[in-house]
Amino acid sequence: MKWVPKHLDRLFEALLEHLYLVFSSVGIALVISLIVGIWAARRPRSFAVIVIFTGILFAVPSLALFALLIPIMGIGAAPAITGLAAYSLMILIRNIGMGFQAIPRDILEAADGMGYGTARRIWEVELPLAMPYIVGGLRIAMVTVIGIATVAAYINAGGLGVIIFEGIDQRFPEKIIAGGLLTSFLALFADYCFASFEKLLRRRSGGKVV
Amino acid sequence: MIFIDASSWIFNNSGTFFNAFNRHLLMCVLSLGIAFVIAVPLGFVVARAPRAAFAVVNFAGALRSIPSLAILSATMPFLGIGLLPSVIALIVLAVPPLLLNTIIGIREIDASVIDAADGMGMSAGQMLWEIELPLAVPAILSGVRTSAIQVIGGAALASFIGGGGLGDFINAGIAIMNMPRLLVGAVPIALLAIFAELAFGALERLFTQRR
Repeated sequence: MKWVPKHLDRLFEALLEHLYLVFSSVGIALVISLIVGIWAARRPRSFAVIVIFTGILFAVPSLALFALLIPIMGIGAAPAITGLAAYSLMILIRNIGMGFQAIPRDILEAADGMGYGTARRIWEVELPLAMPYIVGGLRIAMVTVIGIATVAAYINAGGLGVIIFEGIDQRFPEKIIAGGLLTSFLALFADYCFASFEKLLRRRSGGKVV
Repeated sequence: MIFIDASSWIFNNSGTFFNAFNRHLLMCVLSLGIAFVIAVPLGFVVARAPRAAFAVVNFAGALRSIPSLAILSATMPFLGIGLLPSVIALIVLAVPPLLLNTIIGIREIDASVIDAADGMGMSAGQMLWEIELPLAVPAILSGVRTSAIQVIGGAALASFIGGGGLGDFINAGIAIMNMPRLLVGAVPIALLAIFAELAFGALERLFTQRR
Protein backbone atom coordinates (compact mmCIF):
# COMPACT_ATOMS: atom_id res chain seq x y z
CA MET A 1 0.00 0.00 0.00
CA LYS A 2 2.22 2.80 -1.22
CA TRP A 3 0.28 4.31 -4.05
CA VAL A 4 -3.11 4.76 -2.38
CA PRO A 5 -2.14 7.02 0.60
CA LYS A 6 -0.25 9.36 -1.74
CA HIS A 7 -3.01 9.63 -4.30
CA LEU A 8 -6.15 10.03 -2.22
CA ASP A 9 -7.09 13.19 -4.11
CA ARG A 10 -6.77 11.33 -7.41
CA LEU A 11 -9.01 8.54 -6.09
CA PHE A 12 -11.52 11.06 -4.79
CA GLU A 13 -11.63 12.78 -8.17
CA ALA A 14 -12.24 9.44 -9.90
CA LEU A 15 -14.97 8.65 -7.37
CA LEU A 16 -16.72 11.95 -8.14
CA GLU A 17 -16.50 11.29 -11.88
CA HIS A 18 -17.94 7.84 -11.26
CA LEU A 19 -20.82 9.27 -9.24
CA TYR A 20 -21.47 11.82 -11.97
CA LEU A 21 -21.75 9.04 -14.58
CA VAL A 22 -24.02 6.98 -12.33
CA PHE A 23 -26.36 9.75 -11.19
CA SER A 24 -26.74 11.41 -14.57
CA SER A 25 -27.48 8.16 -16.37
CA VAL A 26 -29.85 6.77 -13.74
CA GLY A 27 -31.51 10.21 -13.44
CA ILE A 28 -32.17 10.43 -17.17
CA ALA A 29 -33.40 6.85 -17.20
CA LEU A 30 -35.75 7.50 -14.25
CA VAL A 31 -37.51 10.38 -16.02
CA ILE A 32 -37.97 8.41 -19.24
CA SER A 33 -39.02 5.21 -17.52
CA LEU A 34 -41.60 6.97 -15.33
CA ILE A 35 -43.27 8.25 -18.48
CA VAL A 36 -43.04 4.94 -20.34
CA GLY A 37 -43.83 2.86 -17.25
CA ILE A 38 -46.98 4.79 -16.36
CA TRP A 39 -48.09 4.71 -19.98
CA ALA A 40 -47.42 0.98 -20.34
CA ALA A 41 -48.89 -0.12 -17.01
CA ARG A 42 -52.47 0.26 -18.30
CA ARG A 43 -51.64 -1.52 -21.57
CA PRO A 44 -50.74 -5.10 -20.61
CA ARG A 45 -49.92 -6.15 -24.15
CA SER A 46 -47.52 -3.29 -24.86
CA PHE A 47 -46.01 -3.81 -21.43
CA ALA A 48 -45.38 -7.51 -22.14
CA VAL A 49 -43.64 -6.58 -25.40
CA ILE A 50 -41.56 -3.93 -23.63
CA VAL A 51 -40.53 -6.40 -20.91
CA ILE A 52 -39.39 -9.01 -23.44
CA PHE A 53 -37.61 -6.44 -25.56
CA THR A 54 -35.78 -4.82 -22.64
CA GLY A 55 -34.83 -8.25 -21.29
CA ILE A 56 -33.13 -9.09 -24.58
CA LEU A 57 -31.36 -5.73 -24.76
CA PHE A 58 -30.20 -6.07 -21.18
CA ALA A 59 -28.26 -9.19 -22.17
CA VAL A 60 -26.00 -7.18 -24.49
CA PRO A 61 -22.59 -6.94 -22.78
CA SER A 62 -21.44 -3.49 -21.70
CA LEU A 63 -18.28 -3.43 -23.79
CA ALA A 64 -20.23 -4.38 -26.91
CA LEU A 65 -22.89 -1.76 -26.22
CA PHE A 66 -20.31 1.00 -25.74
CA ALA A 67 -18.51 -0.16 -28.89
CA LEU A 68 -21.77 -0.02 -30.84
CA LEU A 69 -22.36 3.55 -29.65
CA ILE A 70 -18.93 4.81 -30.74
CA PRO A 71 -19.68 5.04 -34.51
CA ILE A 72 -22.75 7.14 -33.66
CA MET A 73 -21.59 9.24 -30.71
CA GLY A 74 -17.79 9.02 -30.68
CA ILE A 75 -15.99 8.55 -27.36
CA GLY A 76 -16.29 10.35 -24.04
CA ALA A 77 -18.95 10.86 -21.39
CA ALA A 78 -21.91 11.23 -23.80
CA PRO A 79 -21.90 7.66 -25.23
CA ALA A 80 -21.05 6.31 -21.77
CA ILE A 81 -24.03 8.03 -20.13
CA THR A 82 -26.26 6.93 -23.01
CA GLY A 83 -25.18 3.30 -22.61
CA LEU A 84 -25.52 3.36 -18.83
CA ALA A 85 -28.92 5.05 -19.09
CA ALA A 86 -30.02 2.30 -21.49
CA TYR A 87 -29.19 -0.37 -18.92
CA SER A 88 -31.01 1.51 -16.13
CA LEU A 89 -33.97 2.07 -18.42
CA MET A 90 -34.44 -1.65 -18.89
CA ILE A 91 -34.48 -2.27 -15.14
CA LEU A 92 -36.59 0.75 -14.24
CA ILE A 93 -39.34 0.40 -16.85
CA ARG A 94 -39.92 -3.16 -15.73
CA ASN A 95 -40.13 -2.25 -12.03
CA ILE A 96 -42.14 0.91 -12.48
CA GLY A 97 -44.63 -0.82 -14.77
CA MET A 98 -45.06 -3.65 -12.25
CA GLY A 99 -45.47 -1.14 -9.43
CA PHE A 100 -48.30 0.64 -11.19
CA GLN A 101 -49.90 -2.63 -12.25
CA ALA A 102 -49.90 -3.87 -8.65
CA ILE A 103 -52.22 -1.05 -7.51
CA PRO A 104 -55.63 -2.62 -6.82
CA ARG A 105 -58.32 -1.57 -9.28
CA ASP A 106 -60.77 -0.51 -6.58
CA ILE A 107 -58.33 2.09 -5.29
CA LEU A 108 -58.20 3.62 -8.75
CA GLU A 109 -61.97 3.50 -9.02
CA ALA A 110 -62.33 5.13 -5.62
CA ALA A 111 -60.05 7.95 -6.74
CA ASP A 112 -62.07 8.34 -9.93
CA GLY A 113 -65.26 8.35 -7.91
CA MET A 114 -63.91 11.11 -5.71
CA GLY A 115 -63.49 13.18 -8.84
CA TYR A 116 -59.71 12.98 -9.18
CA GLY A 117 -58.44 13.84 -12.65
CA THR A 118 -55.89 11.54 -14.29
CA ALA A 119 -52.92 13.77 -13.41
CA ARG A 120 -53.99 14.19 -9.81
CA ARG A 121 -54.72 10.49 -9.46
CA ILE A 122 -51.26 9.58 -10.75
CA TRP A 123 -49.55 12.15 -8.58
CA GLU A 124 -51.45 11.71 -5.30
CA VAL A 125 -52.57 8.08 -5.40
CA GLU A 126 -50.61 5.93 -7.82
CA LEU A 127 -47.13 7.36 -7.43
CA PRO A 128 -47.00 6.99 -3.63
CA LEU A 129 -48.36 3.44 -3.86
CA ALA A 130 -45.86 2.46 -6.55
CA MET A 131 -42.97 4.11 -4.68
CA PRO A 132 -41.54 0.92 -3.09
CA TYR A 133 -41.27 -0.63 -6.56
CA ILE A 134 -39.67 2.48 -8.00
CA VAL A 135 -37.10 2.58 -5.21
CA GLY A 136 -36.51 -1.17 -5.61
CA GLY A 137 -35.85 -0.64 -9.31
CA LEU A 138 -33.54 2.29 -8.56
CA ARG A 139 -31.60 0.08 -6.19
CA ILE A 140 -30.93 -2.59 -8.83
CA ALA A 141 -30.21 0.05 -11.48
CA MET A 142 -27.71 1.87 -9.24
CA VAL A 143 -25.81 -1.28 -8.28
CA THR A 144 -25.69 -2.48 -11.89
CA VAL A 145 -24.62 0.86 -13.30
CA ILE A 146 -21.94 1.40 -10.65
CA GLY A 147 -20.30 -1.83 -11.80
CA ILE A 148 -20.71 -1.29 -15.53
CA ALA A 149 -19.49 2.31 -15.32
CA THR A 150 -15.95 0.98 -14.75
CA VAL A 151 -15.95 -0.23 -18.36
CA ALA A 152 -16.94 3.27 -19.49
CA ALA A 153 -13.43 4.43 -18.63
CA TYR A 154 -12.33 2.54 -21.72
CA ILE A 155 -14.18 5.00 -23.94
CA ASN A 156 -12.69 7.99 -22.10
CA ALA A 157 -15.62 8.66 -19.81
CA GLY A 158 -13.48 8.80 -16.63
CA GLY A 159 -14.49 7.35 -13.28
CA LEU A 160 -13.01 4.61 -11.11
CA GLY A 161 -12.46 2.39 -14.12
CA VAL A 162 -9.59 4.69 -15.11
CA ILE A 163 -7.65 3.55 -12.04
CA ILE A 164 -8.30 -0.11 -12.90
CA PHE A 165 -7.25 0.33 -16.53
CA GLU A 166 -4.09 2.18 -15.45
CA GLY A 167 -3.34 -0.74 -13.17
CA ILE A 168 -3.74 -3.18 -16.06
CA ASP A 169 -1.54 -1.14 -18.41
CA GLN A 170 1.18 -0.53 -15.84
CA ARG A 171 1.03 -4.03 -14.31
CA PHE A 172 0.32 -2.34 -11.01
CA PRO A 173 -1.89 -4.58 -8.81
CA GLU A 174 -2.43 -1.96 -6.13
CA LYS A 175 -4.27 0.32 -8.55
CA ILE A 176 -6.42 -2.55 -9.84
CA ILE A 177 -7.40 -3.55 -6.32
CA ALA A 178 -7.92 0.03 -5.12
CA GLY A 179 -10.19 0.85 -8.06
CA GLY A 180 -12.05 -2.45 -7.84
CA LEU A 181 -12.62 -2.35 -4.10
CA LEU A 182 -13.72 1.26 -4.11
CA THR A 183 -16.27 0.45 -6.82
CA SER A 184 -17.55 -2.57 -4.87
CA PHE A 185 -17.88 -0.54 -1.67
CA LEU A 186 -19.80 2.08 -3.60
CA ALA A 187 -22.14 -0.59 -4.97
CA LEU A 188 -22.65 -2.20 -1.55
CA PHE A 189 -23.25 1.20 0.04
CA ALA A 190 -25.83 2.16 -2.60
CA ASP A 191 -27.48 -1.23 -2.18
CA TYR A 192 -27.69 -0.77 1.60
CA CYS A 193 -29.08 2.78 1.38
CA PHE A 194 -31.76 1.94 -1.17
CA ALA A 195 -32.68 -1.29 0.62
CA SER A 196 -33.25 0.63 3.87
CA PHE A 197 -35.29 3.24 2.06
CA GLU A 198 -37.36 0.56 0.34
CA LYS A 199 -38.02 -1.17 3.66
CA LEU A 200 -39.11 2.12 5.22
CA LEU A 201 -41.52 2.82 2.36
CA ARG A 202 -43.00 -0.66 2.51
CA ARG A 203 -43.54 -0.36 6.24
CA ARG A 204 -45.23 3.02 5.76
CA SER A 205 -47.63 1.69 3.18
CA GLY A 206 -48.75 -0.72 5.88
CA GLY A 207 -47.63 -3.79 3.97
CA LYS A 208 -50.80 -3.56 1.90
CA VAL A 209 -48.95 -3.22 -1.37
CA VAL A 210 -46.94 -6.39 -1.61
CA MET B 1 -22.03 1.30 -44.78
CA ILE B 2 -19.75 0.27 -41.94
CA PHE B 3 -21.83 -2.87 -41.52
CA ILE B 4 -20.91 -3.88 -45.07
CA ASP B 5 -17.25 -3.05 -44.40
CA ALA B 6 -17.41 -5.13 -41.22
CA SER B 7 -18.93 -8.14 -42.96
CA SER B 8 -16.45 -7.99 -45.79
CA TRP B 9 -13.63 -7.84 -43.25
CA ILE B 10 -14.99 -11.00 -41.62
CA PHE B 11 -15.31 -12.61 -45.05
CA ASN B 12 -11.73 -11.75 -46.01
CA ASN B 13 -10.26 -12.65 -42.62
CA SER B 14 -12.50 -15.53 -41.72
CA GLY B 15 -9.59 -17.51 -40.20
CA THR B 16 -8.72 -14.73 -37.75
CA PHE B 17 -12.37 -14.10 -36.99
CA PHE B 18 -13.24 -17.71 -36.24
CA ASN B 19 -10.11 -18.17 -34.14
CA ALA B 20 -11.28 -15.34 -31.93
CA PHE B 21 -14.87 -16.54 -32.01
CA ASN B 22 -13.92 -20.07 -30.99
CA ARG B 23 -11.65 -18.72 -28.28
CA HIS B 24 -14.55 -16.66 -26.96
CA LEU B 25 -16.85 -19.67 -26.95
CA LEU B 26 -14.18 -21.87 -25.37
CA MET B 27 -13.73 -19.39 -22.51
CA CYS B 28 -17.49 -19.19 -21.95
CA VAL B 29 -18.24 -22.90 -22.10
CA LEU B 30 -15.24 -23.90 -20.00
CA SER B 31 -15.91 -21.39 -17.23
CA LEU B 32 -19.66 -21.95 -17.23
CA GLY B 33 -19.15 -25.72 -17.06
CA ILE B 34 -16.67 -25.56 -14.19
CA ALA B 35 -18.82 -23.01 -12.34
CA PHE B 36 -21.83 -25.31 -12.74
CA VAL B 37 -19.94 -28.28 -11.29
CA ILE B 38 -18.86 -26.17 -8.31
CA ALA B 39 -21.99 -24.14 -7.62
CA VAL B 40 -24.90 -26.56 -8.06
CA PRO B 41 -23.66 -29.34 -5.73
CA LEU B 42 -22.54 -26.70 -3.22
CA GLY B 43 -25.99 -25.15 -3.41
CA PHE B 44 -27.61 -28.49 -2.64
CA VAL B 45 -25.32 -29.13 0.31
CA VAL B 46 -25.80 -25.67 1.75
CA ALA B 47 -29.51 -25.09 1.10
CA ARG B 48 -30.75 -27.24 3.98
CA ALA B 49 -28.37 -25.77 6.54
CA PRO B 50 -29.73 -22.31 7.38
CA ARG B 51 -26.56 -20.91 8.88
CA ALA B 52 -24.30 -22.08 6.05
CA ALA B 53 -26.84 -20.89 3.51
CA PHE B 54 -26.93 -17.46 5.12
CA ALA B 55 -23.14 -17.18 4.96
CA VAL B 56 -22.96 -18.42 1.37
CA VAL B 57 -25.79 -16.17 0.16
CA ASN B 58 -24.16 -13.11 1.68
CA PHE B 59 -20.75 -14.01 0.33
CA ALA B 60 -22.14 -14.58 -3.16
CA GLY B 61 -24.05 -11.30 -2.95
CA ALA B 62 -20.90 -9.41 -2.02
CA LEU B 63 -19.02 -11.15 -4.83
CA ARG B 64 -21.67 -9.94 -7.27
CA SER B 65 -21.08 -6.34 -6.26
CA ILE B 66 -17.50 -6.46 -7.54
CA PRO B 67 -17.47 -5.22 -11.14
CA SER B 68 -16.56 -7.80 -13.80
CA LEU B 69 -13.68 -5.63 -14.95
CA ALA B 70 -12.18 -5.63 -11.46
CA ILE B 71 -12.50 -9.41 -11.09
CA LEU B 72 -10.83 -9.99 -14.44
CA SER B 73 -8.00 -7.56 -13.88
CA ALA B 74 -7.45 -8.74 -10.30
CA THR B 75 -6.44 -12.21 -11.52
CA MET B 76 -3.62 -10.77 -13.61
CA PRO B 77 -1.17 -10.01 -10.77
CA PHE B 78 -1.51 -13.60 -9.51
CA LEU B 79 -1.83 -15.63 -12.68
CA GLY B 80 -0.34 -13.45 -15.39
CA ILE B 81 -2.01 -13.06 -18.77
CA GLY B 82 -3.66 -15.53 -21.11
CA LEU B 83 -6.44 -18.09 -21.03
CA LEU B 84 -6.06 -19.44 -17.47
CA PRO B 85 -6.56 -16.14 -15.56
CA SER B 86 -9.48 -15.27 -17.83
CA VAL B 87 -11.22 -18.58 -17.24
CA ILE B 88 -10.63 -18.38 -13.47
CA ALA B 89 -12.08 -14.87 -13.40
CA LEU B 90 -15.09 -15.94 -15.46
CA ILE B 91 -15.71 -18.82 -13.05
CA VAL B 92 -15.76 -16.30 -10.20
CA LEU B 93 -18.31 -14.30 -12.20
CA ALA B 94 -20.47 -17.33 -12.99
CA VAL B 95 -20.62 -18.99 -9.57
CA PRO B 96 -22.75 -16.48 -7.58
CA PRO B 97 -25.88 -16.45 -9.79
CA LEU B 98 -25.79 -20.25 -10.10
CA LEU B 99 -25.32 -20.72 -6.37
CA LEU B 100 -28.03 -18.23 -5.39
CA ASN B 101 -30.54 -19.69 -7.81
CA THR B 102 -29.86 -23.26 -6.76
CA ILE B 103 -30.39 -22.37 -3.11
CA ILE B 104 -33.59 -20.46 -3.94
CA GLY B 105 -34.82 -23.35 -6.08
CA ILE B 106 -34.41 -25.89 -3.29
CA ARG B 107 -35.80 -23.64 -0.60
CA GLU B 108 -38.93 -22.93 -2.55
CA ILE B 109 -39.87 -26.59 -2.75
CA ASP B 110 -43.07 -27.05 -0.81
CA ALA B 111 -42.36 -28.58 2.62
CA SER B 112 -45.38 -30.86 2.24
CA VAL B 113 -43.80 -32.44 -0.86
CA ILE B 114 -40.72 -33.28 1.17
CA ASP B 115 -42.88 -34.63 4.01
CA ALA B 116 -44.84 -36.77 1.58
CA ALA B 117 -41.66 -38.19 0.05
CA ASP B 118 -40.35 -38.85 3.56
CA GLY B 119 -43.58 -40.61 4.46
CA MET B 120 -43.32 -42.78 1.37
CA GLY B 121 -40.02 -44.00 2.79
CA MET B 122 -37.73 -42.41 0.22
CA SER B 123 -34.04 -42.43 1.07
CA ALA B 124 -32.01 -39.24 1.03
CA GLY B 125 -30.55 -40.20 -2.35
CA GLN B 126 -33.95 -40.92 -3.86
CA MET B 127 -35.26 -37.67 -2.46
CA LEU B 128 -32.42 -35.77 -4.12
CA TRP B 129 -32.72 -37.36 -7.56
CA GLU B 130 -36.47 -37.81 -7.78
CA ILE B 131 -37.85 -34.84 -5.87
CA GLU B 132 -35.41 -32.03 -5.14
CA LEU B 133 -33.42 -31.96 -8.36
CA PRO B 134 -36.38 -32.04 -10.79
CA LEU B 135 -38.25 -29.38 -8.81
CA ALA B 136 -35.22 -27.10 -8.61
CA VAL B 137 -34.41 -27.35 -12.33
CA PRO B 138 -36.29 -24.19 -13.48
CA ALA B 139 -34.55 -22.07 -10.84
CA ILE B 140 -31.17 -23.60 -11.68
CA LEU B 141 -31.74 -22.93 -15.39
CA SER B 142 -32.55 -19.33 -14.58
CA GLY B 143 -29.18 -19.18 -12.81
CA VAL B 144 -27.47 -20.72 -15.83
CA ARG B 145 -28.99 -18.04 -18.03
CA THR B 146 -27.80 -15.20 -15.79
CA SER B 147 -24.35 -16.76 -15.52
CA ALA B 148 -24.09 -17.32 -19.27
CA ILE B 149 -24.84 -13.66 -19.94
CA GLN B 150 -22.32 -12.60 -17.30
CA VAL B 151 -19.68 -14.88 -18.78
CA ILE B 152 -20.23 -13.80 -22.40
CA GLY B 153 -19.92 -10.16 -21.39
CA GLY B 154 -16.97 -10.89 -19.10
CA ALA B 155 -15.19 -12.78 -21.86
CA ALA B 156 -15.35 -9.60 -23.94
CA LEU B 157 -13.33 -7.89 -21.20
CA ALA B 158 -10.84 -10.78 -21.10
CA SER B 159 -9.14 -9.16 -24.07
CA PHE B 160 -7.73 -6.54 -21.66
CA ILE B 161 -5.77 -9.21 -19.78
CA GLY B 162 -4.62 -11.03 -22.89
CA GLY B 163 -7.34 -13.66 -22.84
CA GLY B 164 -8.14 -13.20 -26.51
CA GLY B 165 -11.64 -13.64 -27.87
CA LEU B 166 -13.90 -11.26 -29.75
CA GLY B 167 -13.00 -8.40 -27.44
CA ASP B 168 -9.69 -8.21 -29.31
CA PHE B 169 -11.49 -6.69 -32.30
CA ILE B 170 -13.12 -4.04 -30.12
CA ASN B 171 -9.72 -3.27 -28.61
CA ALA B 172 -8.07 -3.00 -31.99
CA GLY B 173 -10.99 -1.00 -33.37
CA ILE B 174 -10.74 1.61 -30.61
CA ALA B 175 -6.93 1.73 -30.75
CA ILE B 176 -6.88 2.61 -34.46
CA MET B 177 -10.37 4.20 -34.49
CA ASN B 178 -11.51 1.78 -37.13
CA MET B 179 -15.31 1.58 -36.92
CA PRO B 180 -15.85 -1.57 -39.02
CA ARG B 181 -13.31 -3.44 -36.86
CA LEU B 182 -15.17 -2.28 -33.77
CA LEU B 183 -18.35 -3.84 -35.13
CA VAL B 184 -16.57 -7.09 -36.02
CA GLY B 185 -16.16 -7.53 -32.27
CA ALA B 186 -19.25 -5.82 -30.88
CA VAL B 187 -22.00 -7.28 -33.10
CA PRO B 188 -21.10 -10.99 -32.64
CA ILE B 189 -20.69 -10.49 -28.86
CA ALA B 190 -24.09 -8.82 -28.66
CA LEU B 191 -25.69 -11.54 -30.80
CA LEU B 192 -24.08 -14.29 -28.76
CA ALA B 193 -25.48 -12.81 -25.54
CA ILE B 194 -28.94 -12.31 -27.03
CA PHE B 195 -28.90 -15.88 -28.33
CA ALA B 196 -27.95 -17.22 -24.89
CA GLU B 197 -30.71 -15.16 -23.27
CA LEU B 198 -33.35 -16.45 -25.68
CA ALA B 199 -32.17 -20.07 -25.73
CA PHE B 200 -31.88 -20.49 -21.96
CA GLY B 201 -35.11 -18.53 -21.51
CA ALA B 202 -36.91 -20.98 -23.80
CA LEU B 203 -35.38 -23.95 -21.98
CA GLU B 204 -36.47 -22.48 -18.66
CA ARG B 205 -40.07 -22.06 -19.86
CA LEU B 206 -40.08 -25.61 -21.21
CA PHE B 207 -39.09 -27.05 -17.84
CA THR B 208 -41.43 -24.77 -15.90
CA GLN B 209 -44.42 -25.83 -17.99
CA ARG B 210 -43.65 -29.51 -17.59
CA ARG B 211 -44.02 -29.24 -13.86
